Amino acid sequence: MSEPTSAPNARPDAGDAGDVEDGEAGGIAAGDATTRERSVAGVRRKPEQDPLFEYLLRLGDDRLVLGHRLSEWCGHGPILEEDIATANVALDLVGQAAQLLKLAGVVEGKDRDEDALAYFREGVEYRNCLMVEQPNGDFGYTMLRQFLFDAHSLLLWEVLATGQHPALAAIAAKAIKETRYHVRHSSEWVIRLGDGTGESHARVARSLLELWRFTDELFERDAVDDAVAKLGVVVDTAGLRSRWDTMVEDVLTRATLAVPTGIAMQSGGRRGRHTEHLGHLLATMQIVARSHPGARW
Amino acid sequence: MAAGPLTRERAMAVLDTVPDPEVPAISVVELGIVRDVEVAADATTTVTITPTYSGCPAMFEIEKDVRTALEAAGASRVVVRTVLSPAWTTDWIQPEAREKLRAYGIAPPGPAESGGLVTLTRARSPVACPFCGSSDTRLQSEFGSTACKAIHVCHSCRQPFDEFKAH
Repeated sequence: MSEPTSAPNARPDAGDAGDVEDGEAGGIAAGDATTRERSVAGVRRKPEQDPLFEYLLRLGDDRLVLGHRLSEWCGHGPILEEDIATANVALDLVGQAAQLLKLAGVVEGKDRDEDALAYFREGVEYRNCLMVEQPNGDFGYTMLRQFLFDAHSLLLWEVLATGQHPALAAIAAKAIKETRYHVRHSSEWVIRLGDGTGESHARVARSLLELWRFTDELFERDAVDDAVAKLGVVVDTAGLRSRWDTMVEDVLTRATLAVPTGIAMQSGGRRGRHTEHLGHLLATMQIVARSHPGARW
Repeated sequence: MAAGPLTRERAMAVLDTVPDPEVPAISVVELGIVRDVEVAADATTTVTITPTYSGCPAMFEIEKDVRTALEAAGASRVVVRTVLSPAWTTDWIQPEAREKLRAYGIAPPGPAESGGLVTLTRARSPVACPFCGSSDTRLQSEFGSTACKAIHVCHSCRQPFDEFKAH
């Protein structure tokens, strides 16, 4: 995330502005512990009460949690280039998350900046999908998960970049460029491992069966999606699914892998019902910020 | 820096001496991340910058360097604004700056990919080696030492080299 002390600089019009703006002093305010303490208490409310905030949390949390997962490969990659690549992709995702959560904080208007939202929310307040919080497994599992996510991400950014919410469209237009590199990287690995040795094929085929149960959640639609559509964030979920199916089937076919059928689907992340893995991830991610509230470097 | 009141032109010239922290061969102006500069009557200077990548960790460093340089040149107060739109593209890097990158050992970016279909498997034409000029090179990884660089290897002079990724 950004420097841990950047204070929110909420302007009434910022949610509609074409850019996300830093405070004029670089967004730095010393000893901002009160914001942190307020944030720790958390805010419980129905998602429909502030659908755009909720929607931005979903987008931001997906990328924050997956970015954190990828960062766990740093120093453990199978080869140096992949160690660097996963760290690069993690950095892009955490950067996108920072922009999204910053905007979410402005939209919410309760003095929470991206760091307050990242470090001082409990697991039940996280809105990421279940796929991204799963432990990394082997490198093939990580790359396959990345491909399934990247394909969805790229197609979604393309829709959001042309949307009627300027600040979100600006984040999307920037993220498209990064996500193009991500999906190329992850799809190449899925093909290489699927159409590789007997061992690599067996492993990635097993990972596909394990991961497939989390794919429907990417395309779930609820009252939040309908409410943000009225605010100009219109996503044709069925159309997105159909384009995703085409892209995924193309890559899986080239990887000599079959699209799984008859898998019982899992979901709940968008409403804060997570697998046990998220709590462990958050404990690691949040410990420094929570042990030293308001600390700066 | 020459003395005298700070003007927009002079502020821009000052910024053109601020190197990018990760690619110090070119300035933040040449890199195309300085989008606008305004100098108010009281010498308050507002600089609008845009990040190269969403998570570019150099942005804080760049902001600090910009502030320091402008204050030394007479700005009474420096306001740094960050905008995301329009999104930065390597097409904004000027021809002279591309030559500086090459001389520094970084292959300059090709034209940025515009929208449209994602080519998942594409045959990229080889990137010329910045050291020996050979086109007998191979892409090692699209992710390099910083978010904005890819790694290539030259078969001719056997040097690994960075490429500024088209973005």
